[in-house]
Amino acid sequence: MDNDKIEQIIDKHNSEAGSLIQILLDIQSEFHWLPKEALNRVSEKLHVPMSKIQHITTFYKSFSMVPKGRHEVHVCMGTACHVRGAQRVLDTVQDQIGIKPGETDVDLKFSLETVNCLGCCALGPVMVVDGEYHGNIAPAQIVDTLKIYE
Amino acid sequence: MPRINSSAELEEIRKDILSSRDPDKPCITLCSGSACQATHCKKVAAALEQEMEKQGLKDKVHFRKTGCHGFCEKGPIVVIYPEGICYLQVKPEDIPEIVSQTLMEKKVVERLVYVDPTTGEKTTFEEEIPFYKNQERLVLGPNTKIDPKSIEDYIAVGGYQALPKVLFEMTPEQVIAEVKAASLRGRGGGGFPAGVKWEAARNAIGDPKYVIVNCDEGDPGAYMDRSLMEGNPFCVLEGLLIGAYAIGSHEGYIYVRQEYPLAVENVTFAIKKAEELGFLGKDILGSGFDFTIKVHQGAGAFVCGEETALIMSLEGKVGEPKARPPYPAVKGLWGKPTNINNVETWANVPLIITKGAAVFTSIGTEGSKGTKIFSLVGKVNNTGLVEVPMGVTLRDIVYKIGGGIPGGKKFKAVQTGGPAGGCMPEALLDMAVDFDQLTKAGSMMGSGGMIVLDEETCMVDFARYFLNFLADESCGKCTPCREGVKQMLKILTRITKGKGMKDDIELLEELAEVAGSSALCALGKGAPNPVLSTIRHFRDEYEAHINGGKCPAYSCKELISYYIDPDKCQACMSCGKKCPTEAIDGGKNLIHMVIQEKCTKCGSCLEACPARFGAVRKISGEPVPAPVPEEARTIVRKSKQI
Repeated sequence: MDNDKIEQIIDKHNSEAGSLIQILLDIQSEFHWLPKEALNRVSEKLHVPMSKIQHITTFYKSFSMVPKGRHEVHVCMGTACHVRGAQRVLDTVQDQIGIKPGETDVDLKFSLETVNCLGCCALGPVMVVDGEYHGNIAPAQIVDTLKIYE
Repeated sequence: MPRINSSAELEEIRKDILSSRDPDKPCITLCSGSACQATHCKKVAAALEQEMEKQGLKDKVHFRKTGCHGFCEKGPIVVIYPEGICYLQVKPEDIPEIVSQTLMEKKVVERLVYVDPTTGEKTTFEEEIPFYKNQERLVLGPNTKIDPKSIEDYIAVGGYQALPKVLFEMTPEQVIAEVKAASLRGRGGGGFPAGVKWEAARNAIGDPKYVIVNCDEGDPGAYMDRSLMEGNPFCVLEGLLIGAYAIGSHEGYIYVRQEYPLAVENVTFAIKKAEELGFLGKDILGSGFDFTIKVHQGAGAFVCGEETALIMSLEGKVGEPKARPPYPAVKGLWGKPTNINNVETWANVPLIITKGAAVFTSIGTEGSKGTKIFSLVGKVNNTGLVEVPMGVTLRDIVYKIGGGIPGGKKFKAVQTGGPAGGCMPEALLDMAVDFDQLTKAGSMMGSGGMIVLDEETCMVDFARYFLNFLADESCGKCTPCREGVKQMLKILTRITKGKGMKDDIELLEELAEVAGSSALCALGKGAPNPVLSTIRHFRDEYEAHINGGKCPAYSCKELISYYIDPDKCQACMSCGKKCPTEAIDGGKNLIHMVIQEKCTKCGSCLEACPARFGAVRKISGEPVPAPVPEEARTIVRKSKQI
């Protein structure tokens, strides 16, 4: 793990306790999860107890306490996607990669997450893989779409 | 551009910008909002830049990447000015033709213009497309005309007219009086009068005072705040500045949902640009007024859209709401007087100041003035952002602007107000949409999400969906919400699984009453709405699930089966090829059957079956017919018989 990177992130926010969430967000976006060493460092530098950090990391959805897979699959469960069959899309994705939302497979290939709304309601149902949008996706297309990811 | 130090200097610069721009010079705009980025508008932009370079048009034609145009169904959208020729769903390969035909020869590329789905009639010009024609885009309008990264564009369309007027010609009290006279109500949910809120914050004792833009747009299906923040951030900043001046605040925060990276990028850029030019920072426009803004990202918690939870999150804490009073106007961020409004509310402020409260109040209804942006989504032909005067009927929005329901399906309801809102059935289609009418109908305005439902949406499942959302997002601080929502969800789930009990509806009503009257914040108080409003308007669907084990919308997985009608199946194998679980038994000339044990009910077979056969259908509330005997399964083709 890159300790300098963590120091940089903390320094960028002037080591302010009020910036705790912003610091954690930056760490999450850098490493795609929150390694324990990083949290220990944040706790020391900001003088915030670990229990408080844990409270925050488990409350907000953006944070992950476990490493993520190589490919992040997000299925939009927004209302517009829901009425256009998002549940069927999610069920098929779960069947295909064998994990539930919030989980990562043992090979660290895929992580699956649901999101509340991506705001691309015209494209619903939407599945996003590594930032690539797959709009108006039907369950039948999912097998082929996920096949290309290694 | 140098720093601007007075109102006169600003007008001088505005004049310079306008005189340097030839209104007859062709300008090609491309919608580059988040939704269009998802449809690869970046590739279109690259193709356009390349082609213009190739054809030597770089200096002759202005290319502008704008924010969201709102007609998301048809994105990416290209509009060519000064004519206003509008091309929809443009792909990179369409670009050479657009450049050679339209930009160079002024000819219209017919295949890219709007075609009415019912009449087949073509419309070339943007303002004549029914989706736009029936709107009144006072707030959203500039989105199509400006590059969000260009403060010059914003100044050119009349931006920063309100700010000098306020700073040099009005006292803070006069600004508040004007906003009060305009009866501007908060566009984020509650509809509380913004002027009254501002006044309370101004009169509150404490220093410093804070102003906050709430862009934690968590309601699924609503994205107007994101579009404004992405497409016209300067307007939101100008509104916020005016509010800060009126309240007496010198520090502002913009709280943006973490899922909106482009909004963060554009507003951060806009703040930097505004600081450079003297619209932010010390001694703004030489008026002596100081104001700075910080951008703060959310970390994924729906409840943080609630103002007290948002403040907790801004302080770096867990976003749990607090009991009000004290209201944030008295005791908000770091315990100081704080005013929070949402993006759309702030974006209305410059308009009120430049046009005046009298013009603003001439639009709308008795209790709700001005326009409202709705995000029209779900089972509707023209998905997108729609800005209409308050008081327009639901029917006009869904049919005139939205173009009705796709696929010839039947309209069932419109849901407004986000997860804690309610549903309006067909009988209420002629209702005028404003804050008070929606509340009267058992729903609410919320942030303006408008989800259209057709006959295929199960209302029990729809209520379950929202309760599942709310149970997941409940912060857990108060019992009525934490436990009440969970219990309601449990009951709704068992109903959708066909395990509903006789008194479940009454039990739901009872739980709803308790949670609604005793929860701490708007999330828990509103949580019963989806349950109560679906029971009120669609009780028969609840009863069908509980009493007959039937889902009338053929949607609840546990209550339906897919069935291939042996009389209609032509053994074409289309469904078998699409089935992800190999649950179709059959082959060439052998009538297909669904192996019910293997079927995951994904519906792929129904979508795959050619419409001319229509052999696959859903069954609910009755057993699946016995399979055809093996000897009767072979299809003998007529052509083979001869």
